[in-house]
Amino acid sequence: MGNAVAIIGTGQTKHGRRSDVCYPDLVREAVTAALEDAGITLKDIDGIVLGTMPSMMEGVSSTHFYFAEAMGSVGKPVLKVETCGSTGQSIGHCGFFWVASGMADIVLVVGSEKMSEGDGQATMTTVFDPFFQRTFAAGAPGVFTMQSMEWMYRFKIPEEKGREAAARISVSNHDNAMDNPHAHIRTRVTMEDVKNARIITYPVRLLDVCPASDGACAVIFATGEKARKICRKPAWIKGLGFRGEEFFYGESDKAIWMSATEAAAEAYRQAGIRNPLKELDVAEIYNPFTYQEMIFYECFGFCPRGEAPDYVLKGTFLKDGELPCCPSGGTLCSNPIGATGLIRLAEAALQVTGKAGARQVEGAKLALSHAMGGVDQFNGVTIVGSEL
Amino acid sequence: MAKEYRTMRNDVTLPYQWALGKTWSRFFDGLKDGRIQGTKCAGCGRVYVPARSFCPVCFTDTTQWVDVKPEGKILTWTLVREKYLGQVQEPPYVVALIQLDGSDCGFSHFIGGFDLSDAGQLKRKLKTGAKVKAVWSPVRNADIRDITCFVPVE
Amino acid sequence: MAKEEHRIVKGQVMVPYEVALGKTWSMFYDFLKEEKIMGKKCPQCSRVLVPPRSFCPRCFEDMDEWVEVSQEGIVETWVYVNMPFFAQELKIPFISAQIRLDGSDTGFIHQVAGIDLTEFEKVREIVKLGGRVKAVWSREKKGNILDIAYFEPVK
Repeated sequence: MGNAVAIIGTGQTKHGRRSDVCYPDLVREAVTAALEDAGITLKDIDGIVLGTMPSMMEGVSSTHFYFAEAMGSVGKPVLKVETCGSTGQSIGHCGFFWVASGMADIVLVVGSEKMSEGDGQATMTTVFDPFFQRTFAAGAPGVFTMQSMEWMYRFKIPEEKGREAAARISVSNHDNAMDNPHAHIRTRVTMEDVKNARIITYPVRLLDVCPASDGACAVIFATGEKARKICRKPAWIKGLGFRGEEFFYGESDKAIWMSATEAAAEAYRQAGIRNPLKELDVAEIYNPFTYQEMIFYECFGFCPRGEAPDYVLKGTFLKDGELPCCPSGGTLCSNPIGATGLIRLAEAALQVTGKAGARQVEGAKLALSHAMGGVDQFNGVTIVGSEL
Repeated sequence: MAKEYRTMRNDVTLPYQWALGKTWSRFFDGLKDGRIQGTKCAGCGRVYVPARSFCPVCFTDTTQWVDVKPEGKILTWTLVREKYLGQVQEPPYVVALIQLDGSDCGFSHFIGGFDLSDAGQLKRKLKTGAKVKAVWSPVRNADIRDITCFVPVE
Repeated sequence: MAKEEHRIVKGQVMVPYEVALGKTWSMFYDFLKEEKIMGKKCPQCSRVLVPPRSFCPRCFEDMDEWVEVSQEGIVETWVYVNMPFFAQELKIPFISAQIRLDGSDTGFIHQVAGIDLTEFEKVREIVKLGGRVKAVWSREKKGNILDIAYFEPVK
């Protein structure tokens, strides 16, 4: 895995509709918070990795040029990495690679998005090829709903049961977000609210779907040596995995979802995890859609295929359950896409270092973070722990 | 080479609403009032126009506002002759980087106010270091076109 | 803080593109004009892919063999789209579906129509996972994916 690497600081903006700030100022809010958290200054940073969604999201091409100095990039090497929704995990991995290779001591990783400025679904529709599939695309909801329908059909999950479990996921994520000062959506919802919400793409309703958020996240990676010197309690990188699959939707099996399954398996192998449900203390899963969150539970080995709704309904993934998932309120309550995967990693790091405030899972030592990108095409997983 | 296989036309149009934030809102309000304002870095002392919320070099907040003169000198310029999609002005036109008196950086704008087809006159007037001053638009919308262009000062 | 204090500038960005279809996809659309749906078969894994690919995304082998597939297939998954967004090509409501055409090994994305789509509860009685659909051709062929107008449920 290369040299030992730890996270020594994280910073997040208040996510939401941030029309009070221009894009560079939004980014700087997160960067400044991360530097403060780590107790270092820009002088200590050897390199910067960043990522966003396609620039079409904000209508400023290569948006990272626009906010470069907001990341403190004057006089420093800068590297942009972009894998759509999984960008946040990809840039985290890239920060890890840079430090693990021994080429840098401390690297700043920044993910950001300002979705209120463009048209999210119109932009995401341009992720589809122009010849075959774009015509039928309905942004992200269209494809994620099709995947969820296929999964329920494959494993013979009755529609009512799927509906019930998805509603439970919505309610618990919204409850969790109440504990997270950074979260975009901070309102409690009931099972009835979810089941009666407006249909977006059947059976997915408004409260099954994440918001479009503005927000940024910064995470600082350091060598083991620096981390021990600077940081009282670093979060150690234990394992990471990333997998891609075919571009065309329909060419691979999304009910089983090889990329999600294999990315987690790779990270588990590196971290020495055999039974994720027992060994992990908390998971921050990229869950823009309630139904899809259940597919991830299965891909990540938290439960057998087709049984996620049963586990959800018996409370396995609640804050006080066997494996709490998304105590931050997750992607479902905040989704500044380019930042989202990195927020998952930052939240995992906060959990294993006991810094998660009201959303802290008591005694968490080992945490999984994850993000998914493209038309269900990419998945990335990073596992962090309180001990190396 | 003759086209062997087809191409497909695929134009993409997307709508945006960009947030200006506090600093740039105030800068554009200033333009509407006929003022060009910058912000000064407490660390390095540089004055940025357009105003910036933080110094890109020192990474510190720039909270001190200063008025700069609506005139300055040309740092560099070029004559745009080529047409392309999305141009806000019909060529030919001159774009320039102008260092406004009292500021420490270049400010981008048009240079006009004279016949651009006469290359000889163009080169005489538009030397690097030549003085220019702002011409204010009669219609102000609190945007960058509140200044119509800069014209050479004889 | 009042919303009005946050200044917004509205704009539109239009970028024109002329995208190359390449050999395989040019031919796919030529076949559509003849009302044939053609896929390509991988010499290594023997899968038939529709839309055709010039190479197999799994085996990385060139795919040279054209195979005609059926104009009928089963609905692997579908979604009822009732969400408008900027520059949407199809009028809502519409149904996007992943269809496994008989003789192919991948899902083909298209729309299911030819039925009254206004009421979802009625639609779900007709459109079913695993249900059969068949292609309905556009009279006028324009060399794009809507040369197949839509797939309709087989009674």
